[in-house]
This record gives sequence, structure tokens and C-alpha cells, in this order.
Amino acid sequence: MTRLRGKALLLAAVFLAGCAPYAVLEPQGQSAGSIAGLLHLFMWVCMVIWVAVVAALAYAALKRPTPAAGSPLQSAAEFDGKANWIVGSFVALTVAILAVLTLSSYLAGKTIADITGTETVTIHVTGYQWWWDVEYEDTRPDRTIYTANELHVPVGEAVKIKLDAGDVIHSIWVPSLFGKRDLIPGQHNELTFIAEKPGVYRGQCAEFCGFQHAHMGFTIVAEPRPAFDEWRREQLAQAAIPAALEQQQGRDVFLSRGCGLCHTVRGTDAGGRVAPDLTHVASRQTLAAGTLRMTMTDLARWISDPQAIKPGTKMPKADLDERELDAVVAYVGSLK
Amino acid sequence: MQFWLPTVFLVAIYRGQKSDAAMMRAIMLLALLVAPASCQREERDLTGSVPEKPAAGIEQSVLHPGDGNNPAPARSKYEETAFDVAEGKRLFQWFNCSGCHFNGGGGIGPALMDDKWFYGSSIENIVATIKEGRPNGMPSFKGLVPEKEVWQLAAYVRSVGGFVAKDVAPSRNDDLNAAPAENRAPTPSPFNGKGP
Amino acid sequence: MKDTSPPVTSGLRDTELDDATLDRLLKKTWETPKGLYGWLATVDHKAIGRRYIVTAFIFFLLAGLAAVAMRLQLAVPENQLVGPDLYNQLFTMHGTTMMFLFAVPIMEAFGVYLVPLMIGTRNIAFPRLNAFSYWVYLSGGIMLWVAFALNTGADAGWFSYVPLAGPEFGVGKRSDFWAQMVTFTEVAGLAVAVEIIATIFKQRAPGMSLDRIPIFVWSMLVTSFVILFAMPAVMIASTMLILDRLVGTHFFNPAEGGDALLWQHLFWFFGHPEVYIIFIPATGFVSAIIPTFVRRPMFGHLAIVLALISIGFLSFGLWVHHMFATGLPQLGESFFTASSMAIAIPSGLQIFCWIATIWGGRPIFKTPMLFVLGFIVTFVLGGLTGVMVASVPLDLQVHDTYFVVAHFHYVLVGGAVFPLLGAVHYWYPKVTGRMMGEQLGLWSFALIFIGFNATFFPMHILGLQGMPRRVYTYMPETGWAGTNLFVSLSSSLLVAGLILFAWNAVKSLKSGAAAGDNPWDAPTLEWATSSPPRSYNFSRIPVVSHREPLWAQRQFLDVVSGLRVDARELVSGTVADAAPQLREPSVDNSIWPFLSALAVGATFIGSIFTPWAVVWGGIPIAIGLIGWFWPKGNPEDEE
Repeated sequence: MTRLRGKALLLAAVFLAGCAPYAVLEPQGQSAGSIAGLLHLFMWVCMVIWVAVVAALAYAALKRPTPAAGSPLQSAAEFDGKANWIVGSFVALTVAILAVLTLSSYLAGKTIADITGTETVTIHVTGYQWWWDVEYEDTRPDRTIYTANELHVPVGEAVKIKLDAGDVIHSIWVPSLFGKRDLIPGQHNELTFIAEKPGVYRGQCAEFCGFQHAHMGFTIVAEPRPAFDEWRREQLAQAAIPAALEQQQGRDVFLSRGCGLCHTVRGTDAGGRVAPDLTHVASRQTLAAGTLRMTMTDLARWISDPQAIKPGTKMPKADLDERELDAVVAYVGSLK
Repeated sequence: MQFWLPTVFLVAIYRGQKSDAAMMRAIMLLALLVAPASCQREERDLTGSVPEKPAAGIEQSVLHPGDGNNPAPARSKYEETAFDVAEGKRLFQWFNCSGCHFNGGGGIGPALMDDKWFYGSSIENIVATIKEGRPNGMPSFKGLVPEKEVWQLAAYVRSVGGFVAKDVAPSRNDDLNAAPAENRAPTPSPFNGKGP
Repeated sequence: MKDTSPPVTSGLRDTELDDATLDRLLKKTWETPKGLYGWLATVDHKAIGRRYIVTAFIFFLLAGLAAVAMRLQLAVPENQLVGPDLYNQLFTMHGTTMMFLFAVPIMEAFGVYLVPLMIGTRNIAFPRLNAFSYWVYLSGGIMLWVAFALNTGADAGWFSYVPLAGPEFGVGKRSDFWAQMVTFTEVAGLAVAVEIIATIFKQRAPGMSLDRIPIFVWSMLVTSFVILFAMPAVMIASTMLILDRLVGTHFFNPAEGGDALLWQHLFWFFGHPEVYIIFIPATGFVSAIIPTFVRRPMFGHLAIVLALISIGFLSFGLWVHHMFATGLPQLGESFFTASSMAIAIPSGLQIFCWIATIWGGRPIFKTPMLFVLGFIVTFVLGGLTGVMVASVPLDLQVHDTYFVVAHFHYVLVGGAVFPLLGAVHYWYPKVTGRMMGEQLGLWSFALIFIGFNATFFPMHILGLQGMPRRVYTYMPETGWAGTNLFVSLSSSLLVAGLILFAWNAVKSLKSGAAAGDNPWDAPTLEWATSSPPRSYNFSRIPVVSHREPLWAQRQFLDVVSGLRVDARELVSGTVADAAPQLREPSVDNSIWPFLSALAVGATFIGSIFTPWAVVWGGIPIAIGLIGWFWPKGNPEDEE
């Protein structure tokens, strides 16, 4: 039995060698860091217990059997007397191990919670089917930033995310940085985290939320404070004024063909609030909630037929001819 | 896929309980009878395609007042599909139709939940109204709202008036509810659900 | 042969009858008539139990096919085979069917079949309710799958969280069918739970005091109590959901004072005990199989019974560990971490006792025993990952990822389906009179064990790599493709093993070796009667004087006499000592439970479309129940 299992595991190990990073085990943030430590503790304890139990079972099953008695009922009372003590002490050991694990779990939870209240940046994230609305709060309302699907945070500083849901329940999760927190209609949740190393971290929705739950991703860009401040300043600006002729035509198509009924481009008449803010969309790294890369090709693919890429997404297939499409792509691609 | 799984079930029961074939035949027959009675209602067309091709030029109303020769309104698939009607309900809020029509009771624009329709209550007429606009304030959305979304909106407007089957019409929203949901709207009496 | 028996008169007792006459008269009294009417009207717990088992396995097959379709879709990234719409229906149907239509009913079905035999009585308590429960369950299951065939398959997950399953976002009738299916199966489940409790408390063979009850019967008793307290929560929740959707109530609408989290509390208050409703009977199977195949009584009988009872209680204190990410107060979460850890203690105790029993015995490696060994290996792993997800911080990382998918498949397949398959091999000779093929059994076990581990173990890894659950596809750059392909390929081994098992079961029905009364030399009462048991189970009700009656009294069992043979009667006794108190009449076959179930089913289905169905459906239901309970004179009154 154990040999069969060993083979299966070996096969699995061969197959899996060098595939994907263990995001959860390679933390880049304070919260994920404490959890990874806890995870290692639990994994080792559990592995030892499992091996011990399976070894005991294998020995019990495969050892030379107890000599046959006349009837199954004539079992050795001697064995039962001894086994009482052994089983009893194993139960006691179980209790002790569980107590240690519970305590260490509590302490790790406390470490994670301890940074609450020390934040230097507060971000308000609202989950919609199937994208993330992002708002950077500021003491001065005119310095509030609106963006979507991409969060920039300063490295080494505590960041608070206030979470709300616009339609159904979503859950925010960045495996390398922090565990999940649900976004629930009618309830305000928050979480605080610290990104310890600069980098681009992928996050995604972790609560089933309908057709495109699979493609509801986002990115967190952790960068040094100066770069973060610079980014923030750029995001505050109004949309770039199109320079090239095609971009200008694109803006006209954008405004006359109803894109602005849902999307906002600050500095133009487009002021819809039910879809991602596009004022600086081309400065983001991804498109369609972490589904495509921000390239002109992918942008054209996305605008020409969003339903082919994310079936069920709320972005309709627009009735644009080829020339209009090219122009819109040129314009949206210029919104750095 | 969807059809063969339960078929396996029925065949399995049938084979497992041969002695009671009569009973099982009855069950299978029942399943076959229910089948056609479904399920346009549950269709979710996620392709973004538009089956109803927009007419070129300005869409004219198909109504002829007074002469009694109005064409029989065709049932559009949009008003038989719960998903499309629900999408229409979402767009109704997103595009601020309630800014004038309120929750269907009317105010700045006319009411949508009564049985008085200046420009016809069939879905083609409502589509034409949305696309071309009407005098006294209804703007034209032609070119702004894609064809499919117009039909979804029109299907929803039909449900506000109670013209859509109750098992297709939307239920309440997770908001403050100003009026009973569309699936509880009374069927308009003079037309008995058929519309003029 | 000349009939020398005395003339049949009212009130004839079994006291002075010879065996042949007794069997002939009992058969006349207890038999199910042939033909369609008999099939619909029978109240024999064995016929209904068999039917339940077969139906549940068919649902298992369907849900398994849904899983195969899901694995095909997930084999490669950005697969176009199954779109999000169908995928969401598939995983919802898989989970819903496995939990509501397979796992719980099949455990109850084994209880329905085995409990009366194991405690030495002639039929289950409330036999007509039993028949009714089966028909209600069947109609609920057929309704769900017919709806799925018509593109109305539930698509909001087996947990149907609002608002996604609510009136605004769950458009159409899909979630209504789901909610009514829950109501159907829970009515059936509650009915069976009541029957089993009453049967165990009042109908045990004389002398079967509490300490002589077989552990499997204990496990069914605990399970039935858990059902009794857990299932009303989800019935209320599903009724609230359908009211929200159909009538426009606001139970789950935060804007009007409702609460979306209320659903989760109600659902998991049922949903977590549900896991133990499935798992406790499975441990009962294990505790029945091990003593037989290691040739000694269970070590720590009392400890195991106490462990079962404490699991039953503790299972109600864990539900919040499904909701750690919802933002509950930290103190509350810590409490649920502690309680989730605590349930590992009685579970661990059981495992230690099983290993000690094997240690102290002489194991014989027949197929049922192999499944039990496979159970311990896989279940311990699942239990340990369960300890991991009980920790709040760990759960926040692995919650709703494939790690959890791996965890609960280890617990539910390793912890419940393995013992179940062992139980099928074990009791197959009792139910059919024939043995299942040992060679095929070995092969199917090997394939299932390897296939299962190769399919589900890598899912732990996928979860730690960040793959969330319930996604219809994933992107190539995530790097999950290789592992997913491996999982999909491995699942074919598991499927092959299950096909082999099914073939073995079907083939042995005709060609299996004849079993005899007690092929395994097992100690409990169900092996004291013929295989398959006659309609009246026992010619004479046995008297129990030992925990392992068939090992203690190898030649003959003491029996009770004095029961009527011309009317259905059984012995009813005291709860603690099973001291006989009464000759209790047991009801005859009746078509009314079937008709009532039809009326109830039609009402439930109608209420998906209009609340008025409840009003109009009340009329046929009333007629059905009046027919069912129409007083026909009690045999006792005739004396």
C-alpha cells in the first residue's frame, strides 16, 4: 500500500518539477510572510504525523499476526490492557500538538493584525462583476485618484484597503502579499498589508462571482516611495489630449459611439461611472482585469470583441467599422 | 453535454428496473413532454452577436393608427429570455433611463408600467423609440447603444408593463425597492398580455 | 407435502408452530405483492433501502460524469470546450448532486437497509414514511437533472451564496430549482432520520442494551440526530431564498435591512454538520468491517461510541471556519479555530482504536479490508489538511483554492467513499446472496486508490501555487497547465477503477459465488438470517446476550416467541436495556405514501413558478395524507 503511494508521489514529483512558483510559500509581504512560516510549521507537523500513522498502520497490518485463538472473542486481555495506555497517551499527545498549533495560529494572526492602524496609504476598492474599482483616498478631496484593476503601493509601508462590493460577493487575494478578504454587499471590510519587496504581484478574485470569476484579476505594483509619489501625481492629471489625427478621430468615435455612457475619461465629456476609469488606462500593465497585456494588439482584440475573450463580460461588442475601431484603439492606447 | 447526462440516468433506471418498465416509460415520456416547453427562458447568449439586423436609415413605426391593419407583433427572443430582460434592467439603471421614466411610473417621461403607449408597446416599436427618439424629450440613442443592448432594454421595458411572462420577468433588486418587482407586475388588462 | 398446519385464525401466535409453517405464514403476512402496484406500495425497509442505494449510485455516476467534463475543460489553459455558462452549471450540479443526492442519501440508505437487521427487528419504524421519503427524494433528484437537461441547471455553486443566487443576479429559474431540490431532499432526509432514531430506541432485539449496540448502529443514531438539528437550517434558508426570488421578500437584501451573510450562517450551520452526516456512518462501516477481518472484537468499543457522540456535538461548533474571510471579529474566529482543532481529537481517537484493533488481530486482506486500509491512509491526510485549514491565517491563504478542493476530496472520498465501497463489498452477499468477485475487487481498489491520490494530491500543490476554485479556465502564464493536465489524465485511472467496481457489482449479481448466511463469519445480527433476508427478516426475533452475538453463541441464538404471524408485529422495548415491553403492530403496504409524495413533489415544483401552487397543492396533499392515515382498525383492537 505505502509502496504504491510512494510510486504515485514520485511520479507526481517528476511531472511537477519546475512548473509554477509556490506563490503562497514565497511571500513578499509581511502578512503572507507570517502565514508562510505558520504553513511550514503545520506542514512539517502534519507530515510527521501522517508518516507515523501510516507506518503504525503498515506495521499493524503486515507484522506476524497474533497467534490464532479458538474464537475471535478469546483476544488477549493483556494486549487490550497495554493498548489502553498506548492509545490513551497518543490521544494526550494529539491534544498537546493541537494546542501548540492553535496557539501558534493565534500568534500569527495577531502579528498580521498588529499593523492595523499604522497605514500611510488608504485605498478604497470596490468589486464589480468582473473588475476592481480603485480609489485612493486623500485628506484633500481634489487629490483623490480614480483608477481600476491596478494598485500601486509604496514598499515597506502599511497600506489599508477598504473593501466594498458593488453587486455580488467577491474576495480579494494576492497570494504573495496577503490572504483573502471578502467584499460583501452591505458590509464594509478592510485589510492592512505591507509589501516588503518591490515587484508586480498578481491578485485575483477568490469568491465565485459568476461567468468571469476566472478572469477577475488585478495587479499590485510595489515600488519605492518616490516612484509611488510620481505615479500618484501622474494619475491625478486629466487625460492626455490626443496629438495625432487618428487619435483625435478616435476620441470623436469614443465620445459619439457611447463609450462614455459607461467609462470616464477625465477632461472629456465621457463620465460614465459603471465601468473602469480609462483616464490613464494605457499606463496600466494589464487590460480587462488582468486578462490581457496592455499592448495595442490586445487592446484591439479586446475592443473589437470583448465577448470572445471574456464571454459574459458587461462590455458589449460595439458596432464599429474597421476604421472606427483603429481610431478608438489609437486613442485609448494614447491615454497614458 | 447537457442532454446526455440525464439521459444516462433515465436509461440506467430503465435498465435497472426492467420489471417496472411501464413506470419508467412514463417518467421518460414526462421528461420528453417538458423538454419543448422550456427553455428559451434560460438561454444566455454570451457571443455579443446581434440576430436582429438593424434596418438601414431611420426606423419607422410599424403602427398605422385607426385602420386596424396593424401587423401581429412578433415575439422577440429577447423578451422570452430571462437573461436578456435582466441585462435590460441593468442597462436601464446604467444609462439612467430612470432619470426621466423613474421606476417605470413615469414623471418627466411617460410611465412604462401602464397600458397607454403613444408609439406602440410591441418590442419593435420600443426598439424604434429608443433608437430614433420621440418628440417631447425622448432622445435618440442610435449609435450610442449597440443594437443588442437596445433590444435587451426594450425587452425590459416590456416587462415593466407586464407584457413579459412572469417566469421570465426579473425579480426584485438588492436595492431599496420603490415598487414590486417586474415578475409581480399585474398583466395589463385591455390587451391581456398581448399588447396592441 | 400435506399441509398439517393449524387453520389460520385471527391472533395466531408463533409459539407452537414448526419452522416450515412459521416461515410460510410469515411470508404470507410480510411479503410484497408482485407487479407494479407492489413495487409502488411496498414498505419493506430492504426494498426501499436497495432502491435508495441504487438511485444514489446513479446520481453518483451522473455527478462523476459532470466532474469528467470539468476535468476535460481544465486539462489545458484557456480551453474553449465548455464555456463559463455550462461550466458553472457543471460544477454546481457536481457538488449539489454529490452532497444532496448521493452522499447523504446513500448513508441513510445503508441505515435503512441495515439497522433493522442489525438490531434484530422485522421492519423500520414508520415504514410508510420511509416509502414516502424515497419517492420525495427521487422526484427531487429527477427534477434537478431534468432541469439541467433543459439548460436550467443550478449555476451558483452547491452553496448558492446570495446575492449571486438571489433575485437580482440569479436570473431565470435555475436557483429556484436548486432551492426546491434542497427542500425535497431535506424532507426525505429528516423523515429517514426520525425513523432510524425511533427504530434504534424502541425496536432493538430483547437484551440489546445500549452497550451491546453495534458501532454502525450507534453511528447511524448519532448521524440521525445531527440531521435532525442541521437540516432544518438549510430548509429554512432555501425557503427564504425562494421567497426572496419569487415573492420579493428581503431576507438577504442589505438595502432593505436584510443581510447577505445571514445566508452563509444558515447554510454552513447545516453545511458543516453535513460533512459529519456523511463521515460518521462511514466510520460506522469501518468499525463494522475491521473486527470481522482482523478476527477480534473492536478495541475501545466504548471510546469509539463516545467519540462518535462528541463528533456529533462538536460538528455544530465549526461552521464559521467556512467564513473566515468574511471579516468576522477576531476573537470569534479564534474560537472556531479552537473548536475545529478539537474535533480532530475524537477523530484521532477512532483512528488509534482502529489501528490498535488491527494490531491486536489477525488481518485477512479481502477487498472490504483493503478499502478500509486505503481509507485510513487517505483520510488521515485529509484530516491533517483539515487541521491546517482550521487555522485562520492559513485558511485565508488556502480558502477557495484547489488546496481546499484537495482537502475535502481527501475527507469525503477518502473518508467516506472508500469505506462506502468497502461496505458495498462487505454487505453485497447479504443483500444479493452472492459474493462480489475478489480478483476484480482487488484491481478496482488498486485503480481507485492510485487514481484518487494521483488526481487529488496535486491539487494541494495547485492551491499553494494560487489557483482559485470554481474557475472555468486559467491563463497559460500562470504555470498551472502541467499539473492540471496531470490531474486530468490521472482522473481517468479513478474513472477506470470505478467502472471496474460497477462492472463487478453488476456481474456478480448473476454469476457471483453463492454466499450463505454468514460468508465472512461476522459477529453481528444481520448475518444471522438468510442472504438475501426474507421479507420478515427473522423467523423468530433473536435475544441478545453479548456484544458480538454470533461469535458468542455459534450454534444457536435464543429467540423470542409469542408474536402474531397473521398480522405484522414486532417487539418493542425499553430505550436503555431493550427489555421487551410490547408487541407492536407494524403497518402493511400502502400506495398512499407514493401518491402523497407525488402531490408534494408537484406542489414543490409548482411553487418554483407561483406561490399559489402551495395553496392549490394543499388539496392533493391533504387527500394523500387522509388516504394514508385513514383508520382501518388496529390488529390489537381485534383481540
